[in-house]
Amino acid sequence: MEELDVDPAETPIPGLGQQNRHIGFSWGPGDLLLYETLYQKQGSETAARCPFMYLVRSDEDIYSPVLRKLFNESHSIFVGLQKSAEENAGKSRKAQLVQVSRNYRSVLRACMEEMHALSESTREPSQNTKYISQISILSAMELSWNLCEILFIESAPAGPLLILLLDWVRLHVCEVDNIVQDVLRSERPTEHEKFWDGVTGYVLQGRMNEARQLLAKEASSSVSARSMCRVLDDLLKKMPMLNTAGTQTLTEFELKWQHWREECERHLQNGTFSSNPHMEVVCRVLVGDEEVILEKRDLMTTWYHFLVSRLLFKHPTVKPTELHFYAQSSLDMFLAGNSSPEPLDNILLAAFEFDIHQVIKEFSIVSSNWWFVAHLTDLLDHCQLFQAHNLYFGANMREFLLLDYASGLFSHHSLWQLGVDYFDYCPNLGHVYLELHMERVPLNTEKKALKALRICEKRQMTEQVRSICKTMAMQSLCNGRLGSALSWSIRAKDAAFATLISDRFLKEYSERGNFTDLDLIDNLGSAMLLSDRLTFLGKYREFHRMYSQEQFSEAASLLLSLMTARIAPCSFWLTLLLDALPLLEQKQVIFSAEQTYELMRCLEDRMAAKLDSTSPDEIQKQDSVDSTKIEMLRLALARNLARAIVTEGALQE
Amino acid sequence: MDDKFAAKFVSHKISRTRWRPVSASSLQQPDVFATGSWDNEENKVCVWATSDFGAISLEEEYQGDPKQLCDIRHIGDVMDMQFLDQERIVTASSTGTVTIFRHHENNQTLSVNQKWEQAHYHVGSNMRAPCTGIVCSSPEIVSVGEDGRINCFRAESRDVVRTIDDADSSTMHGVTFLRTTEILTVNSVGQLKLWDLRKQGNDPTQIFSVTGERVPLHCVDRHPNQQHVVATGGQDGMLCIWDVRHGKMPMSLLNAHKAEMWEVHFHPSNPDHLFTCSEDGSLWHWDASADTEKPTFIIGGRSTFNISRSSIAHTNANQSLACVWLSTDPTKGHLEITNLLPSSTLSVNSLDVLGQNLVCGTDAEAIYVTRRLFS
Repeated sequence: MEELDVDPAETPIPGLGQQNRHIGFSWGPGDLLLYETLYQKQGSETAARCPFMYLVRSDEDIYSPVLRKLFNESHSIFVGLQKSAEENAGKSRKAQLVQVSRNYRSVLRACMEEMHALSESTREPSQNTKYISQISILSAMELSWNLCEILFIESAPAGPLLILLLDWVRLHVCEVDNIVQDVLRSERPTEHEKFWDGVTGYVLQGRMNEARQLLAKEASSSVSARSMCRVLDDLLKKMPMLNTAGTQTLTEFELKWQHWREECERHLQNGTFSSNPHMEVVCRVLVGDEEVILEKRDLMTTWYHFLVSRLLFKHPTVKPTELHFYAQSSLDMFLAGNSSPEPLDNILLAAFEFDIHQVIKEFSIVSSNWWFVAHLTDLLDHCQLFQAHNLYFGANMREFLLLDYASGLFSHHSLWQLGVDYFDYCPNLGHVYLELHMERVPLNTEKKALKALRICEKRQMTEQVRSICKTMAMQSLCNGRLGSALSWSIRAKDAAFATLISDRFLKEYSERGNFTDLDLIDNLGSAMLLSDRLTFLGKYREFHRMYSQEQFSEAASLLLSLMTARIAPCSFWLTLLLDALPLLEQKQVIFSAEQTYELMRCLEDRMAAKLDSTSPDEIQKQDSVDSTKIEMLRLALARNLARAIVTEGALQE
Repeated sequence: MDDKFAAKFVSHKISRTRWRPVSASSLQQPDVFATGSWDNEENKVCVWATSDFGAISLEEEYQGDPKQLCDIRHIGDVMDMQFLDQERIVTASSTGTVTIFRHHENNQTLSVNQKWEQAHYHVGSNMRAPCTGIVCSSPEIVSVGEDGRINCFRAESRDVVRTIDDADSSTMHGVTFLRTTEILTVNSVGQLKLWDLRKQGNDPTQIFSVTGERVPLHCVDRHPNQQHVVATGGQDGMLCIWDVRHGKMPMSLLNAHKAEMWEVHFHPSNPDHLFTCSEDGSLWHWDASADTEKPTFIIGGRSTFNISRSSIAHTNANQSLACVWLSTDPTKGHLEITNLLPSSTLSVNSLDVLGQNLVCGTDAEAIYVTRRLFS
């Protein structure tokens, strides 16, 4: 068996699994159903059963109203990304991908802010801790995402790399800003105990201009230190920085930097700052004295800040490939064996090692939701990174994570619509997943059914279209809404079901003597051809309409054709023949002689068929009613025949 | 186009959005609207304010996010919603209930004012049937449902004033008033039915339909000034314009959206403009106000569309009074169509337009508001 990365967490469920009972379970799309059971090897007698069932959700985040915004907003970014990938692959692609990545991050940040506002407004401690833990997860996501963006998507070369890393640290470690705010608020900023912390903090983040502004305050307040301040200010001002525009070459920059550094060292050796320990510290930082930088760990708060500061003053032209070495050593130095690295540290370290796979794996273990890994993997896959890093399973991993994320969305009663688009962009299994999930969407209103249908029809999922229509048709039928049921079965092109419903209509007609739902039956149009029975229903109704509009001869020939073309079900023939009675009794002759012969044949066929199918006893029973009808029919037919022969004879002469 | 709209994600799928009417005497712009949600475990009716009351600069006011004033739980999906007057909202629920909510402006709360439970139910199984549409013209309220029943209520009385059972054999999706005593309904087999509420019996005065077609219709709206002009939208995204005085066929059929058209609205004070929204995620502005003399046909928006019209030659003696929607000549069409939400992917379920203001709600749990529609 493969080794587990971490031991699975145990989730105690209050009240379950006591008293030696066994636990039964059943998987749902995003949930687990647990119940107590008693499994006995022999004998089927079941002991006292537990009256409770437990629903365990693996992902609670999906039910948070704030995170729903994250899911919805990122959905549209995701779809936009997939569409843009189809449209243009090529130039300005990288800029576009960086923009997409930033969009994802800005959504994350918006969520964090909202969560923050909520946590401050709530008074309930349990709710508050929940918010705070979610904020910490979100901020970890944003931090790691940003680093991945720099390393993988921008894939900045030596030089610009450090500038991006500096931005990253400035964005995520805001300790120094708080310190400076406190300092500036005090009456005499320069005498504030943290004044120099502020200056050093700015220097450590490479924010030289801000550091100089603070320094100017010191210079203006104390005369004695003024000249020293000027020297330090000069050093800060002169510190060479690579500009992102890339107008200077790396060698040029390195030369300048070397000069500047030598100057700093000279000042240290000459003891320029020996009278002011604070300034000396700043200068030692400038020459990249690791010991001194490390002493300021409280200012940096994190090892990755230390890493970036260390790089800034010692290896400003660090290459991406060298990063992992510095990262590891910075982590070791920073922690100094006092504590072990946390999951987030491992994730960042993996990113510095350019081990995408490890980043994703670590995050999958930490977070309860697939949102982060699914979206990040997808984005990285669009950067063609997996091939570049010889991870040929990348596309599969992307799909696997997207499938899981989308399945999670489908387990939610409302977010399922978002999942559809994710499945669409999973080339291998997406379609199958979608089919299985669509069949399980509960349909409580027609509107929801229509939306589900549209999703299926757009993707040519004929089987699911049929299933949805059938579900709706069946529901309508159970509710006694024959018209709706018929409409649904026509939409599904379900001939068998249309026949069933047509029969119900005909049965109702023979019971009540009139049709219901005329508005529908009269407007069947070509849909009538779906099933024979439906055609018969439509035509039979047409006959009634003609009859009521006194178009007798058309009505008569339609009636006859219903029988001779064998569209009418056998059981209905007698009704049809009886319908012919009033036509036969009209003053003018409607059925011609030939038509009358046909009618007679139909009647005899019907009688013969009936004799074959029923036992003699039953005939006795039915006889009394039916025989009178049949006698009447025969009489009417004979009389009509006589009249027809006479009129037709008269016409010929 | 998109920057005209302020978007807000609200964490529930929106099924209906409606502006609160402004009193006729005031020249105020509407600034309060209501939304209803659907398909949530717990659905809600919310009331929102668009403008920051403290906002000074005009620009800020436009961009200002809508702020939620209050909300109340709604049992079942909100299938339809309309303001009865300034402070009362009528909703149709998927549980068959019609509810009137009252919005108390002084303390910003919502409460249930009146409720007709199980106004819609299936006779066959005694199950509740979703109420799919309502229309009100104070104090009258008319509701239609999947049970094919039309109910008439009065806001003050607890009883159902009138019920037309088996008014339709299929589901009715929408209803609107034509005149004070006449209503129009659309159903899922493509019929537009005209009912006179004074008449006894269960039969409509007239049935209109596209011959040979059974494409379900989802929405209906009447021209605000010329009451015989009616627009409907259907499952295939087609916009139909009908003249209920003439014939049983639509005057024109316009190919529009790629999927179900969920709502159509004439602009209430500027009826040469029409707005439609659809399952395909688009929100269209149809502008027929362009000078008829110009034979230009401007294709707006970023979506492609074509126009096919099977209009029946309609000669109106009094051309100057004829409505642009009826007299449109297919050969020199002058409709300008703009997709107002080009980037949206999930269904736009509802829209409402009043003055310079438009609000719409989507399945992506977002509401979009603009307060300068024509600028």
